Amino acid sequence: MLKFTAEHEWLKLEGDVATVGITTHAAEQLGDLVFVELPEVGSQLSKDGNAATVESVKAASDVYCPLDGEVIEVNQAIVDDPSIVNSDPQGAAWFFKLKLKNPADADALLDETAYQELIA
Amino acid sequence: MDDQTPLKKTPLHALHLSLGAKMVPFAGYDMPVQYPAGVLKEHLHTRAAAGLFDVSHMGQVIVKAKSGSCEDAARALESLVPVDILGLKPGRQRYGFFTDENGGILDDLMITNRGDHLFVVVNAACKEADVAHMKAHLSGCDVTLLEDRALLALQGPRAASALAGLWPEVTAMKFMDVRDASLLDAACIISRSGYSGEDGFEISVPSAQAEQIAKALLEHPDCQPIGLGARDSLRLEAGLCLYGNDIDTTTSPIEASLEWAIQKARRMGGERAGGFPGADRILDELTNGTSRRRVGLKPEGKAPVRGHSKLFADGEGGTEIGEVTSGGFGPSVEGPVAMGYVPTDYVAPGKQIFAEVRGKYLPVTVSALPFITPTYKR
Repeated sequence: MLKFTAEHEWLKLEGDVATVGITTHAAEQLGDLVFVELPEVGSQLSKDGNAATVESVKAASDVYCPLDGEVIEVNQAIVDDPSIVNSDPQGAAWFFKLKLKNPADADALLDETAYQELIA
Repeated sequence: MDDQTPLKKTPLHALHLSLGAKMVPFAGYDMPVQYPAGVLKEHLHTRAAAGLFDVSHMGQVIVKAKSGSCEDAARALESLVPVDILGLKPGRQRYGFFTDENGGILDDLMITNRGDHLFVVVNAACKEADVAHMKAHLSGCDVTLLEDRALLALQGPRAASALAGLWPEVTAMKFMDVRDASLLDAACIISRSGYSGEDGFEISVPSAQAEQIAKALLEHPDCQPIGLGARDSLRLEAGLCLYGNDIDTTTSPIEASLEWAIQKARRMGGERAGGFPGADRILDELTNGTSRRRVGLKPEGKAPVRGHSKLFADGEGGTEIGEVTSGGFGPSVEGPVAMGYVPTDYVAPGKQIFAEVRGKYLPVTVSALPFITPTYKR
């Protein structure tokens, strides 16, 4: 199941684990990324807290955590080559995997139709 | 600037929109920060070929002595800038700055001897204040802000060949030469200078013909439009100061490592030593040095260190020693670059200090500026 946030993150939900990244729209708005900083595996993140930082030539932007949970895996490939976030934001450029504290909370997030309406 | 004031538009505004630019407010103008190519590609294109920038927001000012003598205008302007203007030959340009009574910098500018007058280009955000400052202090001169001209910058290793298509004589110009030129029958003033670290030109054109000339330049296969985003990363790699970030009234020219712009004639023992605002402090600092200096900073890791990041002597954040004034990612350097002010004990290239970024203390190395090798045609 794919969910979205108003802060332009996507979540792919499989059981109690969410794979999180930023949307194609967000990647386009940010422009070519030159630096990505990811959370440490094992860190406990809260909904709307800072999870990651992405930087373009011009500016740094925060990536927020969409739900409460523990980081169980991060995608080192986008740290090594931030341009993947621009070329495949909703595929190869996932940011981290989150073991959700309350998987049911995901129900309140946006579905794809609602997100597309938001950015239209 | 209050939010209610409508943004001003340059004569190229419609062209920017038609080229798909992302527009942002800058110094009271609605300006292109980037085009669809994006900051990274625009930056690299400028270093590889030729980039066209709209810098029409900057102030173009005529300073003409009432006597009609350019020497009188030069002598008058020397009372406001620590630059040898009397020694500036017709058709030549020089970098300088207005100083205040405390030896701080009011603005930086380019000064050209145009034969019977001086032509001055100042920063957009300061232009009204600069004109008022000159009018107040240059009583023997008429000071006129030109409202009917646009300013284009064409920068990069292929700028000369791109411009030669419209005006072949351009290839004979050297760095900091200024010439009259007719481009598509418009009376233009071309200088071989710019703010990217590359060879290039700034072209003052009549507003009415600006779009036509810009379009003609953009028809050249090597030439692409470049926004303010890449202008900033290009000048940062070139070690050039942005007024309001790297220099302002709290920084003296010597602290800012701009003493190269103060010629011998205006220094202690020179023919016209002093005689500009803040001369006591500035001449003293030329002899005795300053307690801090602007230096290049090369972050050792991959994380950009942005302006206003605090600098520390140690990696624990114990001893704060200064601040980053400009910083970001240098596309040509392929890594982060920055500049800032540090105490004189820390100015030696190779010295390791630390910058605070999101609560961490990242190692940065004090570096010589510029970060790239300029390609000026001297």
